[in-house]
Amino acid sequence: MNEKTTLAALPKSVRARIIGFSADTEDQETRFREIGFAEGDIIEILHVGVFGKSPINVKLHGTSIAMRPRQAAMINIELLNESVS
Amino acid sequence: MSSAEPMRIALLGAPNCGKTSLFNALTGGRAKVANYPGATVEYQKGMYATSDGRQLELLDLPGVYGDCGHSADERVTIDAIHGRLEGEKAPDGIAVVLDAAHIKTHLHNVLQAKNYGLPMIVVLNMMDMAARDGVEIDLVALEEEIGVPVVSSVAVRSAGRAALVELLDSWTTQIVDGKAVTPTRENRDLKILQQHARAITSRTIQATQVQSRSARIDNIILHPVLGVLILISILFVMFQAVYAWAGPAMDVISGGTDAFGALVGSHMSDGWFKSLIVGGAITGVGAVIVFLPQILILFAFILALEASGYMARAAFLVDSLMAKVGLNGRAFIPLLSSFACAIPGIMAARTIESEKDRLTTILIAPLMTCSARLPVYLIIIGAFIPAKNIGMFNQQGLVMFGLYMAGIVFALIAAFFLKKTVTSGEKPSLLLEMPSYKIPSFKSYLIGLWQRAMIFVNRAGRIILPASIVIWFLSYFPNKGGPIRESFAGMLGRVLEPVLAPIGFNLEMSIALIPAMAAREVAVSALSIVYNVDDEDGAGGILEGALAADWTMPMALAFLAWFVFAPQCLSTFAVTRRETNSWKWPFFMFGYLFVMAYVAAGLTFWVATWAGL
Repeated sequence: MNEKTTLAALPKSVRARIIGFSADTEDQETRFREIGFAEGDIIEILHVGVFGKSPINVKLHGTSIAMRPRQAAMINIELLNESVS
Repeated sequence: MSSAEPMRIALLGAPNCGKTSLFNALTGGRAKVANYPGATVEYQKGMYATSDGRQLELLDLPGVYGDCGHSADERVTIDAIHGRLEGEKAPDGIAVVLDAAHIKTHLHNVLQAKNYGLPMIVVLNMMDMAARDGVEIDLVALEEEIGVPVVSSVAVRSAGRAALVELLDSWTTQIVDGKAVTPTRENRDLKILQQHARAITSRTIQATQVQSRSARIDNIILHPVLGVLILISILFVMFQAVYAWAGPAMDVISGGTDAFGALVGSHMSDGWFKSLIVGGAITGVGAVIVFLPQILILFAFILALEASGYMARAAFLVDSLMAKVGLNGRAFIPLLSSFACAIPGIMAARTIESEKDRLTTILIAPLMTCSARLPVYLIIIGAFIPAKNIGMFNQQGLVMFGLYMAGIVFALIAAFFLKKTVTSGEKPSLLLEMPSYKIPSFKSYLIGLWQRAMIFVNRAGRIILPASIVIWFLSYFPNKGGPIRESFAGMLGRVLEPVLAPIGFNLEMSIALIPAMAAREVAVSALSIVYNVDDEDGAGGILEGALAADWTMPMALAFLAWFVFAPQCLSTFAVTRRETNSWKWPFFMFGYLFVMAYVAAGLTFWVATWAGL
């Protein structure tokens, strides 16, 4: 059983799989999906902002997307079973 | 479709997918609607001729991810596709543009576009960069899966557009003949669409796990320490360049204006008409045109930062700072555009999804030092600040940098209080994709720069020329070129003088503020007319000497402080009225800016006087 958490709790450079969204509004979930996040996608935090670890820069396929930790907490993930290199 | 009207093709795609470069390459930059730098703010239309000589009208629309229209500019795109824009018919076909490197993330947006029910093609743009990043796409299989023609393109190279040109020929012929395939409808549920898109990409795309070039560059650019240092350096070089590099070109222009004025003057007999032409029109317009090189340098930087993909990184880097005043990083782009002019900046705020954030950004945009304030700063700094070096920096450049910083700091303070009061509400958020880094197409870049230069020159003709003539009239009559105090301008200035005297402004400064309502830079024309009104061969160069002789240092500094807020621009008022669709916000904006300008100029004057400057 892989550990389940949210993107906000994912350490930098650790890969995880999206398992769903718990957005505060339907509009927020639509925006996540429109910009490209979907169940099953593998994501990883590449960069973290200067102050207060905000925003975060999330790798998604060939691109990367910036968001605030408050929003990252709405993306549910499971860690991949792989050793951190 | 009537044969008289050209067929209309809309370019649709995510932000930064290279639509505008493609549009410029296909139309040769002969666009009809003003395109402000940065994001495509409204939309532009341009003509493209197919190989068999038919004219197509291309529409370049603001970038969208889906069909919801979360922000004001996304709604423009959705409305354009549905033919809901006033006076515009719906397009006859859609060319969906996709950054090939981002196909896995954005293919569902292509499937979504099929539901518009219009003939459609897909342009996979920037194929060369995708290939370098290890993305291999089976075009034939992909075309079969999506069910509409798919073509690859490298928009910035004409060889890279050959396949697209061919497809445009055949596809538009099919549309004319009514034979173009209307795409099959897709499920409207986003989650199902995404699953469908992921299934397609897994069958048609091979992506080797390599770190993309953009990701490698980001390791430096988004580094918490290095990245911030790079951003500050870029901004610093940008503002130094505006001051230091433009000198020679400005000397040529001001020399040319002087010579032209003298030449025209020598063919005219003395009198009011000569005074009008030489002292009014030529001096007034020349005093502003001389700043064209600096405005071009500023735009050269802004356009390069935008087109290269850096601007989104800058937004990422400043987001945490913006968060402290309740805004998000997206506001950085409109605010940076406002350094050129608050009008495109206020319009670019349309990309901000939250209405409250958008309003806050609009309200603080005029605090960014627009290029129209540059002439005012340059003249005053030139007259009062010695051009010596402090260490490796030019002292005049440092003062300029300080004025820019003052605008930014006060904008952040204003945003903080606005978010606490009149624009409070809505939880702050940010969702911003980092575009691929690219070297901008030189042609597209020059087109952007050219458009900016033309807007500035047109402005000089439409606003500054008439304003110069009005100022000349006010300062020449009724006493036919006598002392300024006895002219109409002097009378108006005397009304304002008691109000402005406590903050150190003299009569001439008060007079200059009146025409500056048309455009801030007119203050320079006004000063130059007011001080040179008896010297008909006079031009910009004399003005600095006249100011240095007539003003004290505290007065000059107070005038600079006033222009940090410069609340009097009528164009800003008009665009705020339009963008907020209310009278309340433009009046509110003017009110708070006037109060800040008055207090800041007063404090500067009294502190400088007390310090004995």
